[in-house]
Amino acid sequence: MSELNGQDEKIIVFQLKDEEFGVPVQQVGSIERMQHITRVPSTPDFVKGVINLRGVVTPIIDLRTRFDLHSKEHDESTRIIIVHYNDMEVGLIVDSANDVIDIPKEAIEPPPEVVGTVEAEYIQGVAKLERRLLILLDLQKVFSSEEVRELKTIEG
Amino acid sequence: MEVNQYLEVFIEESKENLQTVNDSLLQLEKDPSNLDLVSEIFRAAHTLKGMSATMGYQDLANLTHKIENVLDAVRNQQVEVDTDLLDIVFDSLEDLEAMVTDIASGGDGQRDVESIVEKLNRIAQGEKPADVQQSNDTVKETAATTAPAETEVNGIQGLDEFELTVLQESNERGFQNVQLSVYLREDCLLKAARVYMVFEVLEQIGEVIKSTPSVDQLEEEDFDNQFHVLLVTQEDLSEIESRVMKVSELDKVVVETFSIDEYKINQQEQQKEQEQVQNEKEAKAEAVHTETKQENTPAPTNQNENAQEPKQQQAQNKTIRVNIERLDVLMNLFEELVIDRGRLEQISSDLNHNELNETVERMSRISGDLQNIILNMRMVQVEQVFNRFPRMVRQLARDLHKKINLEISGADTELDRTVIDEIGDPLVHLIRNALDHGIETPEERVAQGKPEEGTLHLKAYQSGNHVFIEISDDGGGINRDKVLQKAIDNSVITPEQGASLDDQQIYELIMESGFSTADKISDVSGRGVGLDVVKNTIESLGGSITIDSKLYEGSVFSIQLPLTLSIISVMLVEVEDEKYAIPLSSIIETAIIKKEEIMKAHNKKVIDFRGKIVPLVSLKDVFEVPGEQEEETHYSVVIVRKGDKMAGLIVDSFIGQQEVVLKALGNYLSNVFAVSGATILGDGQVALIVDSNALIK
Repeated sequence: MSELNGQDEKIIVFQLKDEEFGVPVQQVGSIERMQHITRVPSTPDFVKGVINLRGVVTPIIDLRTRFDLHSKEHDESTRIIIVHYNDMEVGLIVDSANDVIDIPKEAIEPPPEVVGTVEAEYIQGVAKLERRLLILLDLQKVFSSEEVRELKTIEG
Repeated sequence: MEVNQYLEVFIEESKENLQTVNDSLLQLEKDPSNLDLVSEIFRAAHTLKGMSATMGYQDLANLTHKIENVLDAVRNQQVEVDTDLLDIVFDSLEDLEAMVTDIASGGDGQRDVESIVEKLNRIAQGEKPADVQQSNDTVKETAATTAPAETEVNGIQGLDEFELTVLQESNERGFQNVQLSVYLREDCLLKAARVYMVFEVLEQIGEVIKSTPSVDQLEEEDFDNQFHVLLVTQEDLSEIESRVMKVSELDKVVVETFSIDEYKINQQEQQKEQEQVQNEKEAKAEAVHTETKQENTPAPTNQNENAQEPKQQQAQNKTIRVNIERLDVLMNLFEELVIDRGRLEQISSDLNHNELNETVERMSRISGDLQNIILNMRMVQVEQVFNRFPRMVRQLARDLHKKINLEISGADTELDRTVIDEIGDPLVHLIRNALDHGIETPEERVAQGKPEEGTLHLKAYQSGNHVFIEISDDGGGINRDKVLQKAIDNSVITPEQGASLDDQQIYELIMESGFSTADKISDVSGRGVGLDVVKNTIESLGGSITIDSKLYEGSVFSIQLPLTLSIISVMLVEVEDEKYAIPLSSIIETAIIKKEEIMKAHNKKVIDFRGKIVPLVSLKDVFEVPGEQEEETHYSVVIVRKGDKMAGLIVDSFIGQQEVVLKALGNYLSNVFAVSGATILGDGQVALIVDSNALIK
């Protein structure tokens, strides 16, 4: 596989339950270890709270809760991936973040009708790589869901 | 010319100059015979003209030039200062401001100023301002033809320093400066094309320094049948003339040597006069300094002194301009330092090491001083907001046919820039309100035995950690019963609720949403969005507003604002394992109360706090803090207030008082109920800041 033809996209790969997900590296600010999270009251349950990210108060979303997966005890491999979208900066709790890979553009396909357990609406595309299947997240959908919009209108 | 780097300075200084013109004009209106003021205005206008010409904003320069002409006429006592004259000058000032704003927002500063220019021209030529004001449109035609006549006489105008230097130098190097007056034929069809051809010819034989009208105007055919060009060349005059005349459709070309000296003589005369005035002024200022208290001006008003003071300070204080963004960066860095300071303090108290403790203490003290300095640097005088009000009031008073005297005091009170930026609109709203609904018409006032002229007093002062701004008028005051009736009619409150309110609470009803007392809707205020917007803005700044009023005597709107928004003092409290910060500004006191002291009213827990019934709110319930609901014998309560209302917040324990840096929760989590922001504590964890205003109903 040629890695230098400019057609590739660098993707950060992370694990959630038994599936692999990816976000483009440009949207990722950093990957952090688990740390103390301050709960913020009256927010949707997938918003775990806020952390102090080097002096910036950053909201944290638990992706397992977000995708209605079984929640799991946080352990050594649990990571917080800090992603940017528009002018929002949010941390995503994932089971583990283990890889950065290059995916050729042509390997990315539109989402099929049903993919695993995560609802298709959060999926931007699927990348097939030899024996792996990578689900590319649509951050906009993850961020600005009905729940968040509701939150903003009710309490706004 | 590379102008971008100068643009910011240009805009800043133009605004300052316009402000000076504005202030002096307002004073001039009160004291029309004071020629010092006219010179002052003249000087500011002249600087503005020079700068805008250098920067290539011709419209701006032209209009300023016309204003100068008028002022010159005033100074030479050919024209008398009266309201009509000032109206016209104010109008043109508005145009100037609009142009500068346009430039600031990236525009080219062009604007159609023909009618105002024409008015100014006619005044400068000695017409009565009142006539000019009235017969505005009818004479437009004739004036349009007289305006160019003026350029015919003057030839090249508005040379700036740079251009003069170029001319001077070219003279020294053996070039000659030539002024061409080119007259196109009456039936010339393609004026712009002919102009282009003339310029092409001229550029072959020399360098064009300046043209009147400007090249832009020429290209747009925005001129009559003639234009003037200033050329630096080595060719002799007849040669130039014959070359230019080869362009067809030209009527004639007059070529003559341009003398810098002659041009300068005019300028110098003006300058001399100015210098004289300046010298007199300085002498006067010195006289004040040596405390001889011999005032030269016949009637030195307060404002006169105010106007001179800043000028003196400018000479004494050495200041530099710093970009606000840099200050913001500095502030952000310092905020991080404050967080680390908190962390260090905590670590050193845990370790209990003597030398470490000492060092940390010293560092805390120094960073405390640093904090004061940085916060002070961001402080801006409220004058910045206040100085636009005199003209606004003047205009409004005319529109409303009322007579109003605006008094301003404490304009040097300082506030954080972030607060200053936000406070302007609410104040405008309150002032409009006072003028429209508060102060009566002259007839009504006379009938009530009050002076014909109403007084609006704008006052700012600092008290503790807060700044107060008061807007008081001696108008009709608030009609308590009318307000109450209206509130009930508009179902803002029920009649039962109304019966139990005291006067002040009733006055404050006018700031509830869905309320408007004006019987008729006017342009000035009462457009549906009312004082509730004002109230919300002020509360979002962490401030509060109260109203006091006496029927037939006037009202006072008092705004309380925090000095700064970014670093605040808070009380840290604990609820189960979670820590929350409550701003000290809203805390009255803390108390430990026994379980027996808690009473029930309307199914709500209340306590008797110093004779007042205060409702209790459990932070644990509000914030749904996980944990067992235990029955305790004693409760820790923080009594908070919002205006006159109070509430007791039940917490588990008090941790203590601390200075913290206010941080936003981020765009993703804006508008969380009862949380106004977050802060980072000494241990690096985030604590939420409680918005107690949301908890008090």
